[in-house]
Amino acid sequence: MADEVLRMQDITKIYPNGFVANKDITFGVGEKEIHALVGENGAGKTTLMKILFGMESCQEGKIFINGKEEKMQNPLDAIAKGVGMVHQHFMLLPSLSVAENVTLGVEPMKHGLFDFEAAVKQTQEIADKYNFNVDARRKVADLSVGQMQKVEILKALIKGAKILILDEPTAVLTPQETEELFEQLMKLRDNGHSVIFISHKLEEVMRICSRVTILRHGRCMGTHDTKDLTEASLSKLMVGRDVVLKIEKEDPTAGKPIVEIKDVVKINAYGKRVLDGLSFTIREGEVVGIAGVEGNGQTELSDVLCGMGGFATGDVLLNSGSIKGKSVRDIREMGLAYIAEDRMVHGVAADLSIKTNIVADRFDKKEFRHGLFMNSKKIDEVVDGYIKEFEIACDGRNQPVRMLSGGNIQKVVVAREFTSGANFILANQPTRGIDVGTAEMIRKTIVRKSRTEGTATLLISADLNEVLECSDRLLVMRKGKVVGAFPKANEVSEETLGEYMLGVKEMTLEEMEGLL
Amino acid sequence: MCFFKKAMRTAIMNINWIEFFATAVRLATPLVFAALAAAINSKAGMFNMGIEGMMLCSALGAVIFAQMGGVWVGLLGAVLVGLLSGMIISFASLTGKTDLYLTCIAFNLAATGGTVFIMYLLTGEKSTTSGAMRAYEIPQVSIPFLKDIPFIGRVLFQQSLLTYLAAFAVFAVWFLLKKTRIGLRLRSVGENPKAAESVGISVTKIGYIAFAISGILCGFAGAFMSMSWVTFFMKNMVNGRGYIGLSAMNMASANPVGAALASLFFGFSDAAATTLKTQSKFPTEFLEMIPYVATILSIVVINLIRIVKLRRVEKGSAVTAK
Repeated sequence: MADEVLRMQDITKIYPNGFVANKDITFGVGEKEIHALVGENGAGKTTLMKILFGMESCQEGKIFINGKEEKMQNPLDAIAKGVGMVHQHFMLLPSLSVAENVTLGVEPMKHGLFDFEAAVKQTQEIADKYNFNVDARRKVADLSVGQMQKVEILKALIKGAKILILDEPTAVLTPQETEELFEQLMKLRDNGHSVIFISHKLEEVMRICSRVTILRHGRCMGTHDTKDLTEASLSKLMVGRDVVLKIEKEDPTAGKPIVEIKDVVKINAYGKRVLDGLSFTIREGEVVGIAGVEGNGQTELSDVLCGMGGFATGDVLLNSGSIKGKSVRDIREMGLAYIAEDRMVHGVAADLSIKTNIVADRFDKKEFRHGLFMNSKKIDEVVDGYIKEFEIACDGRNQPVRMLSGGNIQKVVVAREFTSGANFILANQPTRGIDVGTAEMIRKTIVRKSRTEGTATLLISADLNEVLECSDRLLVMRKGKVVGAFPKANEVSEETLGEYMLGVKEMTLEEMEGLL
Repeated sequence: MCFFKKAMRTAIMNINWIEFFATAVRLATPLVFAALAAAINSKAGMFNMGIEGMMLCSALGAVIFAQMGGVWVGLLGAVLVGLLSGMIISFASLTGKTDLYLTCIAFNLAATGGTVFIMYLLTGEKSTTSGAMRAYEIPQVSIPFLKDIPFIGRVLFQQSLLTYLAAFAVFAVWFLLKKTRIGLRLRSVGENPKAAESVGISVTKIGYIAFAISGILCGFAGAFMSMSWVTFFMKNMVNGRGYIGLSAMNMASANPVGAALASLFFGFSDAAATTLKTQSKFPTEFLEMIPYVATILSIVVINLIRIVKLRRVEKGSAVTAK
């Protein structure tokens, strides 16, 4: 094996609230290696990388770079030692140009002033060297997500990074963009860089990484050569049990239409038609999936359906009633359950207890009331039942939701939404960033509810596997329109889907007839 | 009604319009400094409500330091006091991690009382230093040739040195923000502090720098109040001008040139109040309200325009691209 360029020895990190994020983790990365770091959410991957990058301090442990012990007090130290990090959430300044973003912190100067032209030149040089197709003069706000990621990588490279940390880089990319990224990563590797690749997606890990280190609950489960592993054995190491990646389900018996979206147009603050004459129907007992590159109207569609955003023209019928001008509350009364895209913003009130969050939509119902007051006994009883049913790992119903892990927070959300008695579930990114076990439970419940209770479901997800596995009917959205429709989601390949998502292909209305 | 009509008529008839415009430009001076100070802070992601107090401290500083060595020492003193007050606020909120708004409010209240206290210690007076301390005035500078242009010459080119400095400061702040490394880093911190931090820019350091610059600008504003507007320190003499500067910045979304223009507008309303006070029989209390009412109205109008524009775009009735 090639020389080890990085070694993290016995790293232990305990947060002030007593949460053990990392415990005695040791791992090393070789020269010219793409090394995977995998684990469920909350396993401590990001924390470990933040320690390496100097963003967090650790109580114990040492970091060696090229065999020399180094202290990482802040990101500057890490950058000086040749470590670069591409964060999961981009650290970009949208109003500035690519060149300004890339050179920020190491700005070229002329006569004591910032030299924009030199910044453009430096950026373009390094971009050309690694085949990164970006224009250094463009504003970052005008770039696609894939291009923004390249700007992030360029930022690290221009500061001389030899070890590149990529935190879930493919989560936001289309299959084609992922392919491009992989080629660039391999090129970087061949040029003498080492890459630490954090991912949930096992097939990606198997494809481009030579070795993989597995974390589980903040502990290291060892480093393996990927050639000795299969996806199944890797997932077993991650969660300690076999995760079924397939969902067993019978064909749906689609009944009467529950949701009818009719020619909806929504225009955003910049005058862009974010929903451009969207029409389709969701019927009783079926799960309709929406695939698409993020930012093609999915968020706006979900805002319109749940009543948080208005629309210019068109109409939406829910259980035969128009939702136009109705409040979120009204629409919920009409039969909506909503799993919001960003659970911390719209899904839960983080500082309130599990109990409060669960009864938030029903505390005023007669069964939970004693005249003017709330019926605590009844509420406690019901909430305890849900905590048990949905296996919410917590200290009790009065624990504030923010103390829980991402997966358990989402369980609180679904405990509320799945039990509200609604016949339409709007699930926007229901399993984003949560552990495999919870994700599986949520997906199965969505399918089960559609089969046994006849709920209509709209599943919007950036995780292609999820939309392909869970949905019955699949629609592809691009630029606020439906550009592709498939009667059976699980028979569509990711490649076909990618072509529609990226606009290589587009179906005509006739082709999609009967599928909308 | 009859009283108002008559008052209005005499008022308008008696106004010396050239003087009125010259006064407006003069009164806009501290507002321009305050708005620029607010703009620097705002670009760095901080809403500095402490400008009012910073100006007040500087105004007292100017008078005290001037006793030691004349007008220029006074000006230097005002700048130093402005700098120091900026450092106090930034130390509390950046290093001490206190809430910026509460810190600023506390600072303003402390400045109101503190300046009177210091004035009392030094002079035994509680309302003004006018009798007890020697008056110094920043010289008026008439620019040769330009001052002879009719109307414009009097309005623009026979002003206090600080007024010219304010005009220059507009350009300087714009240049600082757009063309220098500090400016780029300052804007990056304001837009996304985490992104700035991730490339090794210290958010705290940038915060201190922003407060230092805004402190210096407040120093000039304060010096203008006590060595140009009048030539003594007076209890609570800034009288909301810091807040008006803040609103001017807000109206222009922290753009230095726009903020200066908005300040000029407020300077006009201030001049209107001052002029009408001497020229008409309107109750002074009512006239003194003008600058503040103008502030509220213009903020409301500007925001209404923004909202209406946004609504129209969202409804699709505005003519827009694609």
